[in-house]
Amino acid sequence: MATVWFVLVAFMLAAYVVLDGFDLGAGILHLFIARTNEERRMVLRAIGPVWDGNEVWLIAGGGTIFFAFPLLYASSFSGFYLPLNMVLWLLILRGIGIEFRMHLDNDVWRDFFDGLFSIGSLLLTIFFGAALGNVIRGVPFQPDHSFFEPLWTNFRPGADAGVLDWYTVLAGAVALIALTVHGANYLALKTEGDLARRSRAAARSLWPLLAALTVASCIATLLVRPQVTTNYTSHPVGFLIPVLVAASLIIMFLAHRTANDRRAFLSSCAYLAFMLVGAAFALYPSVLPSGNPAVDDLTIYNTAAGSYSLTYGVIWWSVGIAIAIGYFVLVYRMFRGKVSLQSGEHGY
Amino acid sequence: MDAAYFIHRLHFGFLITFHYLFPQLTMGLAPLIVVLKTMALRTGNEQYNHAARFWMKIFGINFVLGVVTGIPMEFQFGTNWSRFSRATGGVIGQPLVMEGVFSFFLESAFLGLFLFGEKRLSRVAHWWAGCLVFVGSWLSGFFIITTDAWMQHPVAYTRLPDGSFQVNSFMGLLLNPWAQLQYAHNMSGAVVTGAFVMSAVGAFYLLNRRSEEYGRIFLRVGVIAGFLCSVAQVFPTGDLHGRYLAKHQPVTTAAMEGLFRSEKGAPMVLMGQPDVEKQRIDNPLVVNKVLSFLIYGTTEAEVKGLNEFPREDWPTNIPLLYFAYHIMAGLGTLFIAVMTLALLLLWRRKLYTTRWLLWVIMLCLPFPYIANTAGWLTAEVGRQPWLVYGLMRTNVGYSANVSAGNGLFTLLGFMGLYTVLAIFFLFLVHREIAHGPGIRPNVEPQPITVAGD
Repeated sequence: MATVWFVLVAFMLAAYVVLDGFDLGAGILHLFIARTNEERRMVLRAIGPVWDGNEVWLIAGGGTIFFAFPLLYASSFSGFYLPLNMVLWLLILRGIGIEFRMHLDNDVWRDFFDGLFSIGSLLLTIFFGAALGNVIRGVPFQPDHSFFEPLWTNFRPGADAGVLDWYTVLAGAVALIALTVHGANYLALKTEGDLARRSRAAARSLWPLLAALTVASCIATLLVRPQVTTNYTSHPVGFLIPVLVAASLIIMFLAHRTANDRRAFLSSCAYLAFMLVGAAFALYPSVLPSGNPAVDDLTIYNTAAGSYSLTYGVIWWSVGIAIAIGYFVLVYRMFRGKVSLQSGEHGY
Repeated sequence: MDAAYFIHRLHFGFLITFHYLFPQLTMGLAPLIVVLKTMALRTGNEQYNHAARFWMKIFGINFVLGVVTGIPMEFQFGTNWSRFSRATGGVIGQPLVMEGVFSFFLESAFLGLFLFGEKRLSRVAHWWAGCLVFVGSWLSGFFIITTDAWMQHPVAYTRLPDGSFQVNSFMGLLLNPWAQLQYAHNMSGAVVTGAFVMSAVGAFYLLNRRSEEYGRIFLRVGVIAGFLCSVAQVFPTGDLHGRYLAKHQPVTTAAMEGLFRSEKGAPMVLMGQPDVEKQRIDNPLVVNKVLSFLIYGTTEAEVKGLNEFPREDWPTNIPLLYFAYHIMAGLGTLFIAVMTLALLLLWRRKLYTTRWLLWVIMLCLPFPYIANTAGWLTAEVGRQPWLVYGLMRTNVGYSANVSAGNGLFTLLGFMGLYTVLAIFFLFLVHREIAHGPGIRPNVEPQPITVAGD
């Protein structure tokens, strides 16, 4: 049952990265590729009806960790105290950046909220990448599985590592470029004119950097945490995952050549999903590895809640998520096609 | 008190107090907007639609702040109260995820359609979108109350050897009797806020002699809803909840009422200042035997005072608890008085011209916020010194690995950020109220949003 919940949590977090990823990426690009007020409104219209729902995957995913793996939730949330609180501040600023901009017809007001939205998106992306880097690298547990990581120490992934070291900064960079490309693919798909053209150009020109960083992060992971290969060698089927990551990248490259926006966007969705699947496959059954040799990893076994709630949970969780997916299908269907400013509706 | 312990309590207390200023209006306005939309559908009078649109704008601004200040709440259990989360995640994690899965997805999907999709949807479909936003916000309230009710009155759990809690009955957790009483009381309180805000804005327009047709609509809907819910706050919800509290947390009742010694035919203290050292109420204004009657239905029953309980089980801040409770109850009484009078004049068709009462209604605007905040303070300060009543003390629940300095750093960060949010909120809501409902001829149409349909 704990394994089922490991898969469900991984699914929710992957859904979060793929879905909120494109609106974070659109936010990063907002200041750079949308130059006029009309273009910026198009960016906001492209994500406006969905960004809040996308973010719910993070809330629901965090809640699911709380419910299914209480010790993991308690240990990691208090251990990553400082970066998590900063993530919260950024989520708040980014949220009002999106929602308050439209209220006043004034350039200074708009520029201020454009700045909040874009800088918030950029920093959040780096933080999320660094967070994933921390989870793969491991954290300095005390014997009771609590820990407290400072923001940085000596930037080396050793025994007294901080949240930021060269490895997690590299992970942050991968996330930044990956989500920027993802957001650019999305904007190319959803918008028209100069904005779409610039989005395509951004995605194309960042592609080589993304490919290089992907390879670099894999090599770095092998150096920092050689144990990640254990599951791959014992279950060679896992080697399919890096193959799929590479295939997604290649399809994205070809789609950029032929200006096939839909295929490019779907391939960046696949790229993100397979990268995360690869990380989850390498970690399992650990959920938070230990950087302290004297203390065990947190695994699904030593953190899971009781079997009664986990068993019942699968029932209501499945019902709830099925309904939620229904809402998403409905909203995305109503909102299909290119966005335009000519609809005469309120908002953004 | 340990410095870190104090900071973590203040951290949670500050964030949740600020957060709840917004959901109470969201949950309170949602049904009232549905009422306005329903009247628009039934009468075909476009004024009701304009009135609904006006409140949807304020609802939208308010909702954004509810969302962005709500996200930290879900994280804070882990960041600041990790030992509590570790022990109770198997129980309270459940309603918290259910909130995300069943209500946040619902709200996020339909709020956008409701606020911005009016032109795209049919009138009936738009009405449904409003209803679903209403249902989503009220479901959200239910799951949060279920979480809090378990901490107040733990049910349906087993305790493992390591001290952690597990659910043993899914329905038992969701049907906690405490949660039902608390939910009824809380939601009615939220509607009181919504109704007073709507009435106050209506009174403001009438006093200003502008947008008067809307001012009358707001007053009519606000006063009727405000009367019903102000009365429901006392009877039956407050009455039932108070008796249940007296049965299961008698020491809290004694501290709330300022009853230091057990008494037969206990009096109710209306005013006075508790002196915990000398164990008495200074400058008391009391009504004899009323407390016994309210709790037990007879004037002679004995009510247990604080002297019956060990000192370490007394609520840790008795004066705060006492004042929070008395402010809540006092304001609740004021709400009934104001709304009863307003309803009477509304029925006699004199409300819209009785300017002194319009002034009173307008000036009452902040009071429901204060009363709701005081009510929650009563519940949560009254629960002390326990995190999980009778089972886990508050001082063993905070994150021992997060120092006071780090806690203060993020608390100050939130205080600064929330000050900015409050300024933006007041500014934007002020703009909407100054702009007023309906179509204003003096506003030039935006060149971009030319109607394409």
